[in-house]
Amino acid sequence: MINNINNTNYTNLLLRFLLYFILIVFVLYYLLPLFVMITTSLKSLEEIRTGSLVSLPRNITFEAWGTAWSSACTGIQCEGLRPFFWNSIFIAIPAVFISTLIGALNGYVVAQWRFRGANIIFALMLFGCFIPFQVILLPMARILGLMDLAGSITGLIFVHVIYGIGFTTLFFRNYYVNIPNELVKAAKIDGATFLRIFWSIFLPLSLPIIVVTVIWQFTQIWNDFLFGVSFSQAGTQPITVALNNIVNSTTGVKEYNVDMAAAIIAAMPTLIVYVFAGKYFIRGLTAGSVKG
Amino acid sequence: MSNWLEKHLPKIVLGPSFLVIILFVYGFIAWTAWISFTRSRLMPKYDIDGFIQYQRLFDSPRWEVAIDNLFIFGFLFILISMLLGLVIAIFLDQKIRIEGALRTIYLYPMALSLIVTGTAWKWILNPGLGLESVIKGWGFKDFTFDWVINPDFAIYTVVIAGVWQASGFVMALFLAGLRSVDQEIIKAAQVDGVPTLRIYTAIIIPSMAPIFLSAFIVLAHLAIKSFDLVIALTGGGPGYATDLPATYMYTMAFSRGDIGQAASSAIIMMLVVFAVVVPYLYSELRNKNDQ
Repeated sequence: MINNINNTNYTNLLLRFLLYFILIVFVLYYLLPLFVMITTSLKSLEEIRTGSLVSLPRNITFEAWGTAWSSACTGIQCEGLRPFFWNSIFIAIPAVFISTLIGALNGYVVAQWRFRGANIIFALMLFGCFIPFQVILLPMARILGLMDLAGSITGLIFVHVIYGIGFTTLFFRNYYVNIPNELVKAAKIDGATFLRIFWSIFLPLSLPIIVVTVIWQFTQIWNDFLFGVSFSQAGTQPITVALNNIVNSTTGVKEYNVDMAAAIIAAMPTLIVYVFAGKYFIRGLTAGSVKG
Repeated sequence: MSNWLEKHLPKIVLGPSFLVIILFVYGFIAWTAWISFTRSRLMPKYDIDGFIQYQRLFDSPRWEVAIDNLFIFGFLFILISMLLGLVIAIFLDQKIRIEGALRTIYLYPMALSLIVTGTAWKWILNPGLGLESVIKGWGFKDFTFDWVINPDFAIYTVVIAGVWQASGFVMALFLAGLRSVDQEIIKAAQVDGVPTLRIYTAIIIPSMAPIFLSAFIVLAHLAIKSFDLVIALTGGGPGYATDLPATYMYTMAFSRGDIGQAASSAIIMMLVVFAVVVPYLYSELRNKNDQ
């Protein structure tokens, strides 16, 4: 913002040049790991051993990608990331959908249908967003066992929904609170019911916040590791756990190119979301982290 | 009947979530707290037996390493992320033509799983084939960079990867803050001939104090909860040199079968989080009520 337009002397030009130079250096710093991941995944093991970390691949090969997807070993199982990719999809989609729906209804109540104690309930929910999840791991493992959900996909969906509704409620509440309450009052006078007002007035206005919430929840659940590693078993692990197992698997030769291909595959869905809906992702990030 | 239902529907909608939160957040915290005062090992026991687990915890050299690491990591992670974020935000705020593209690049790490970040940095920091060999290849034959396998320095590699992941986000927070500073005051200062650097140090940065606080809270919260990154980057090793409270808790709960230690370390983690977050939340809520 501070820029003296009248001074078009050499110093200014030089400063400007320096500014862009520094910004580009930062670009390189942030892109380096992605660059290294991609180039390494396209090299053969031979080339990795003889070549340099930062050099471009001489002979591009997609072999590592194939191995990472369908035959890399995650412990004793050697089926690649594919089954775990689907596990993550089957966990994320229902968990995102359910937690978003509950959040929308909760947010609607907390923002527009205040009853005595509603604010306290909201505060309790908000507070729940901050706890380190270590504090609920042990009892959760027992309860999942009692509910016969231990090590199951359903169990993981359940956990993600429960610890997601604090955030989703917060998102919708902060959005709906800006809608004038007169709207609800007028609709009530016209005889509209609680659900009818939600369905016909609030939901149609909610597209932006639905997008923010869905993206936030999807990224959180896809990238989750703690719940995945604590509450899954051999066949139900999410992709982050499988990736970690591939990288730390000690059987056979260390295949760095396969590790990198696997890392990119695991990162792909959230990266794609970021590239196409970055604006909404950042909005969720700032709302979610600052206020929640 | 339908009138009664209509009247109470808001409560009926919020009710289940309320019960779930009470049980699965507060009930579970109470359960963990209770267990932390018992002699539970592999199986939970419910006879209260004082602070025995906390004594064991604070006598454990491994927990001491975890706490020391939390301070080293937390301090450097927060400090460097804030400095880097602030510098980049200020530079980006100089009417940069490609600002949108640059912002996208600085922020993408936040979309990645920390397991992915850890995997990538583990490879970059690999002593034999990573950065070390690149720099050796440039002619610096004696150059060594083996932090990731060196017990004394491994925790700093967690800082490197953590800062890489989070600093772009801090930048976005600060950039939004810079944009919200009253432009009239800045213009007035410029008319008075106040040098640019002074405008930043005396006007803009002080007026951004609330954003510094927010960034601090977010980063501290991330630091205390750090788990994935350490697991992927060092696995807590070499030995337990990069253990953090979160990895200590996990090891006790799921590989050592020491529920009492797991519970007490989890409670300590929660208290640390609360020490950081509660004053902040309190002041936030109070400000809102004042308005």
